[in-house]
Amino acid sequence: MIEVTSDWYLTLSAILFSIGFLGMMFRKNALIMFMCIELMLNAVNLTFITASRHLGLIDGQIAVFFVLVVAAAEVVVGLAIIVSIFKKQESASVDMLSSSKG
Amino acid sequence: MTEILLFAIPALLIILGALIVVFAKNPVHNAMGLVLTLTSLAIVYITLNATFVAMVQMLVYAGAVMTLFLFVIMMIGVDKPDQSKESIKGQSLLISGTLIILVAIVLFVILENGLNWDLFFPESENIIDGTPSLIAGVMFTSWVLPFEIISILLIVATTAALALAYEFKKSDSND
Repeated sequence: MIEVTSDWYLTLSAILFSIGFLGMMFRKNALIMFMCIELMLNAVNLTFITASRHLGLIDGQIAVFFVLVVAAAEVVVGLAIIVSIFKKQESASVDMLSSSKG
Repeated sequence: MTEILLFAIPALLIILGALIVVFAKNPVHNAMGLVLTLTSLAIVYITLNATFVAMVQMLVYAGAVMTLFLFVIMMIGVDKPDQSKESIKGQSLLISGTLIILVAIVLFVILENGLNWDLFFPESENIIDGTPSLIAGVMFTSWVLPFEIISILLIVATTAALALAYEFKKSDSND
């Protein structure tokens, strides 16, 4: 009888993080890059909750709430920046962002 | 058997959704792939005894954050597909090289140890149930300072988003 152990969840989390990283590297649309950041943050959340069960402590689940709030704040500000960039140059591609250097 | 199915089916859906996020051409499809991933993750959280986190995941991520994404896609429309022209010389070569090295390292580790991560701490006997009362009891006692700081962060983020998105007219700018 095979048992589902913490290792399985950690492997799933590693795969999810790698896919998010891959997307972050390959896509050039800022919106898609944001979605890939969400994937990576969710992989970290899965690790936190697995650790919470593995160690029998509730603190891992509380850390997830803080990650959640930071992710929401980041999405709000990031999307506002994307919208204002799009108003200027009609594209959300990060290759065109050379105008934002100081 | 049920335990394995309860892990395997959401896990496959999570990976499928993540691949859709990375490889789909239409931004709306990417967003739907992300919804699939987030919803399946909520199921995995329930199997890990984190029921309240699963509910918050559904409300905040699959509900609020995804609505925001779809709203922005709606506003800026479906963008042109990625151009293959590289703006930095040798960019795609560098990315491919880095990825090959990363995948090689991961494969090496998995082939060497299998799925055994050799966790330092043994699995605890203590089974916790992530109910709202248990989480609130810890969050409002030993985690109360981070909680207050994170509320300030949320207010700052809201104000910043408002300032970025609002179009100031020439007459009411102060400079």
